[in-house]
Amino acid sequence: MGQTLAEKVWNEHVVRSAPGEPDLLYIDLHLIHELSSAQAFDGLRAAGRTVRRPELTLATEDHNVPTLAWDEPISDPVSRTQVETLRNNAAEFGLRLHPLGDVDQGIVHVIGPQLGLTQPGMTIVCGDSHTATHGAFGAIAFGIGTSEVEHVLATQALPQAKPRTLAVTVHGSLSTGVSAKDLILHLISKVGTSGGQGYIVEYRGQAIRELSMEGRMTICNMSIEWGAKAGLIGPDETTFAYIKDKPEAPTGAVWDAAVAHWETLVTDEDAVFDKEIVLDAAEVTPFVTWGTNPGQGAPLSAAVPDPADFEDEQDRAAAEKALDYMGLAAGTPLRNIKVDTVFIGSCTNGRIEDLRAAAAVLRGRKVAGDTRLLVVPGSFRVRLQAQEEGLDKVFIDAGAEWRGAGCSMCTAVNPDSLRPGERSASTSNRNFEGRQGAGSRTHLVSPQVAAATAVRGTLASPADLEPSFI
Amino acid sequence: MDQYTTHTGVGVPLKRSDIDTDQIIPAVYLKRISRSGFEDGLFANWRKDPEFILNSEVYKNGTVLVAGPDFGTGSSREHAVWALQDYGFKVVISSRFGDIFRGNSGKAGLLAAQVDEKVVQKLWDYLDHTPGGQITVDLETQTVTAGDSLKESFEIDPHTRTRLLNGLDDISLTLSHDAEIVSYEASRPAWKPTTL
Ligand code: SF4
Repeated sequence: MGQTLAEKVWNEHVVRSAPGEPDLLYIDLHLIHELSSAQAFDGLRAAGRTVRRPELTLATEDHNVPTLAWDEPISDPVSRTQVETLRNNAAEFGLRLHPLGDVDQGIVHVIGPQLGLTQPGMTIVCGDSHTATHGAFGAIAFGIGTSEVEHVLATQALPQAKPRTLAVTVHGSLSTGVSAKDLILHLISKVGTSGGQGYIVEYRGQAIRELSMEGRMTICNMSIEWGAKAGLIGPDETTFAYIKDKPEAPTGAVWDAAVAHWETLVTDEDAVFDKEIVLDAAEVTPFVTWGTNPGQGAPLSAAVPDPADFEDEQDRAAAEKALDYMGLAAGTPLRNIKVDTVFIGSCTNGRIEDLRAAAAVLRGRKVAGDTRLLVVPGSFRVRLQAQEEGLDKVFIDAGAEWRGAGCSMCTAVNPDSLRPGERSASTSNRNFEGRQGAGSRTHLVSPQVAAATAVRGTLASPADLEPSFI
Repeated sequence: MDQYTTHTGVGVPLKRSDIDTDQIIPAVYLKRISRSGFEDGLFANWRKDPEFILNSEVYKNGTVLVAGPDFGTGSSREHAVWALQDYGFKVVISSRFGDIFRGNSGKAGLLAAQVDEKVVQKLWDYLDHTPGGQITVDLETQTVTAGDSLKESFEIDPHTRTRLLNGLDDISLTLSHDAEIVSYEASRPAWKPTTL
C-alpha cells in the first residue's frame, strides 16, 4: 500500500522505533524566540548540557518587541529582560539570532520561509503552536512546549507518538474576493475546534493547488485552531518557485538533487488516510468569527446566531458565554457590528501578499473617522518590500499606522493591545477571551475584510464599499 | 523528576469547556524568565470575579482540577502547566485535552487524566454534593476514586505513565540512544539547510 506525504516525511526522520515507545524523530530545524526559551536554556545549563546542533537552530525576537521606536532600548523592563536573556543565551551557545533592528528580524514563522530555511520534507519545531505554518512547504512542523525546546536543544531529536492522518480535500476554485483565510475559517466552523485532534492534516485538491505559498501558509497556520498536530501541503512547482533564490536555498547541482527528492514527496495514489473531509470551494464566502474560539464563525452575510438554535447543549452554553463576552445580541447582522480597531498582521496574514491585498482595498480610500487601523508587517523584510512597492504610502494616506515587525496585537505581550471592551477585526488566528488584551473582543477576518472594515467602520467586505476612483 | 504513584486531594469542579491556555494563563504573565512564580497568572482574568470557583474558601487547597472537554487547547505555552503546578494542582481530569498541553503536562509532571465525559459529570455531581470532597488518582492502577462508590478508570499514554511512575528524565532517555542519533546524522542528505 502507498504512503501519504506525512508518513513519508515522518518515516524519513525516525531515528529509533521500538514497540511500546513513541518514535524518536530527528529535527531538521529548531526555531526559537524569546517567550518560550529562557527556562529551556536554564535547564540545559543546570544539567551541564549544550546545544547539540547550533547550525540547525535559528532564533529571532518577535513576541515581545515594540513596533514603534524599535531602534531604542525596549522600555518595558520585563520584555527587555526577556529579549536580553535570549541574546545572552544565543551568544553563550553560539546560535544565529536575528535581533530587533536586524533586517531579517520578524515573526518566527515568517522569517523561516523567507530565508529559504523552510523546505519540503523537513521536520521543524518551535516553542509556538503556529509552527504548522511551515507545513505549507510539505514539511512536518509542529509546536512544542518549553521542556521539549530543551529536549531538542540537547538532543536534536524528540520522542513523538505517530499521529493518524487526515485529508482535507477542497474541490473547485475559490470565488473572486474569497481568500485562504475565509477557507480555513469556514472549515473550522464546520468541523469544530477539536475536529483535527490527534491528526496530521494534509490539505489537498484544486483550491489548495491554486493557492500561492502565502495562502497555503495561512491555511496550515491555523491547523492548531481545529486541534490538529500539524498541517501540510504537497510541494509542487509553486513551492519550488518560491524557494528558489531565497538566501538559504540550495543552488546548482545541489538544488537539482533537492528538487529531485522533493518531487517524491507526494501522497501515493493508493495511500489511505485515516479520515477524510471534503469541501466545495464554491461554498466559501468571506467569513468572520462572532465568538471566542475560531470555530465560532459565520459568513459575513449572516447574522449573529441565536444560542437557542444550537442542538448540542455544550455548544449552546459556549455560544451564550461567547455572546455575553463579546457584547453581541443574537440576530444582529454581522455587517452592522461596529469595530474600534483593525489589526492587519501576524503569522497568519502578515506576509507581503496579505499587505498587497489590504492595500488594494485601501488605495484611494480613508479609514473611518472613529476607527484605528494598525498595519504590522510580519518581518522587517516584508516591511521593506512593501515600502519598495509603495504600499506604506497607501496605508499612511488612508490614515493607518504603519509599524515595525513582530507579533504585535496578535497576542498583545508588547505595547500593542486593546482596552477592555474594545472590539477589533483582526487578521490573526485567535479570538480567545482576552487574547488581544484583558477584556478585548476579537473578530477574526481576512486581510481584504480587515481593510474594508477599516474603511466602513463596521465588519465589511470590499464588495460593500463605494467604488474608489483611483 | 519526582516519581508519581498516587495522589489524593480536594477536587475542584471547573464547569467550562474549551479552556484554552490563554485562559489558563494570559500572555502578559508569560514574561518571567524563571521557572517558578506563575501561580499569579493562573486563570487571572476569571479570578477577578469573586464568584469564580478558586476564590471560594472551600476550594482554596484544591489539587485535582475536574474540567470540561478540550482543556488546554490553543497556545503551546508550557507556562499553563507551570501555573497549575505552582498554584498547587497535581492532577487535571478532563474528557479531552489539547495535544500540546497533554505533552507538556507529561514532561513537567502534572498528571493529565483523560476520562469519559460521563465520568467528568459524575465527579462534578459528587463535588456538588460534597463540596471540598477528596478525589484520589492512582497512576499505578489508572483509577480515579471519590466518595464511597465512585471508582472509574482513566487513560494516559503508556509511555508517559511509565516515565511518571519511574520519575524518568526524558532528555536522559533520548541521550541514552546517542549512538542511533549519530548514525542517523551520518545518513542525512548534505543539502539539508543549516543556519550557520
Ligand atoms: S503572530 Fe501571533 S500566533 Fe503568530 S507567532 Fe506571533 S503571537 Fe503566535
